[in-house]
Amino acid sequence: MWSWEGFFSYLSNEYIFQGAVTTIWLTIAAILLGLLLGLIIALLRMSNVRAFSTFAAVYIWLFRGTPLLVQLIVLYTGLPQMGIRLTVIQAALIGLTLNEAAYLSEIIRAGISAVPVGQQNAARALGFRNYQVMLYVVLPQAFRIIIPPLGNSINSLLKMTSVTSVISMEELLRRTQILIQEKFMVLELFAVAAIYYLALTTLWDFAQRRIEARVSRGHKTNVSLAEQG
Amino acid sequence: MVIDVRNVSKSYGDFKVLSDCNLSVNSGEVVVVCGPSGSGKSTLIKCLNGLEAVHDGFISIAGFNLTDQHADLPSVRRTVGMVFQNFELFPHLSVLRNITIAQEKVMRRTREEATDKALALLERVGLTTQKDKYPSQLSGGQQQRIAIARALAMDPQVMLFDEPTSALDPEMIGEVLDVMVELARAGMTMVCVTHEMGFAKSVADRIVFMDKGEIVDDVAKNDFFGGNASSRAQTFLRKVISH
Repeated sequence: MWSWEGFFSYLSNEYIFQGAVTTIWLTIAAILLGLLLGLIIALLRMSNVRAFSTFAAVYIWLFRGTPLLVQLIVLYTGLPQMGIRLTVIQAALIGLTLNEAAYLSEIIRAGISAVPVGQQNAARALGFRNYQVMLYVVLPQAFRIIIPPLGNSINSLLKMTSVTSVISMEELLRRTQILIQEKFMVLELFAVAAIYYLALTTLWDFAQRRIEARVSRGHKTNVSLAEQG
Repeated sequence: MVIDVRNVSKSYGDFKVLSDCNLSVNSGEVVVVCGPSGSGKSTLIKCLNGLEAVHDGFISIAGFNLTDQHADLPSVRRTVGMVFQNFELFPHLSVLRNITIAQEKVMRRTREEATDKALALLERVGLTTQKDKYPSQLSGGQQQRIAIARALAMDPQVMLFDEPTSALDPEMIGEVLDVMVELARAGMTMVCVTHEMGFAKSVADRIVFMDKGEIVDDVAKNDFFGGNASSRAQTFLRKVISH
């Protein structure tokens, strides 16, 4: 039988709530580190140096071509065989970052490619050095372009953090499972977890819309031509 | 001599984009480059600041040897202003920031110095009131005037114009040419790829006519328009002017 009492008590349960907090910081940390590593991989991938672009291509192939689950298990239970011992948190964060970077690098590369070549020429003509062309002209414009796919990535990453439960990372899903083993309220507890995930992805939806509105400043064409007369 | 181009060639596969081009421009000179589309004039002007590489020959500009493999292109470009057909203002930056960013990041001017300079230039091109707008909120003519101000902010020794009015609606061409004429009269060294023969007649010192990657004519303005141009140039002129 479904217990409303159990459902509501777990909805406001401190232990579950702390699990959700872990999910949030794990997502934020993985997306930030993933963006940084993804940017490096994207730049390597676009490099004229053959060795760099090949390395990046292999990296992307490897991490997009194998399940996150396998990557996490290798990191946490496989590496100790070679003398590298990671804590659960380290393994979870590194695994998510490496995996996310492979996807993000392709998004970033598409964003960079979408900035017209003329913009780079204009920046070069002003005397900008290559890194300045990237930093001040290309990346800010690429960032605006990649926000919708980046938002998608963050949405799936929020849910994908649950995979780290298999290496006993105590995020939302793992804590839900632990409680289930104690209390046997399977449906109520999973429903609570589902509601937490829904709340998080919904909150992110709002945040993303605000960010999109903010960075599209200056991109609304023909707004005031009429006003100027 | 501000620009010295000697025996410059460039080809894509078998196709010769530039074929043994020679050109010299003295300080204060205004040179108009014209010719049919595909004649190599845009390629030539992009070679002058190293946006396009040449395969053979020698180019020096503003005291730098561009064809030296070790030439530091960013240093060269900061003394050579360039204006593009499609304006290429930075869409994510305000008008004012478009004019100050390279001053700060390339010239290492302070925010105040850069802003003062930008405001003075905006006044010169008549767009002070637009300083806080974004490029997409401006007309093509206004954007191109901002692009000229952005290039001038770097105190260039030479200004290169690559078809600066070709992407403009007809009623906006005049306002951009006015700025260019004013600049020419103020003594700026200019190389302009353009089909605006009225502009050429009023301020050019010399006209360079290109066809099929070759510089066919390089003559004084009066000779060019006075019937002393090559037959290819005269054919071209008739087509440009009759419409």
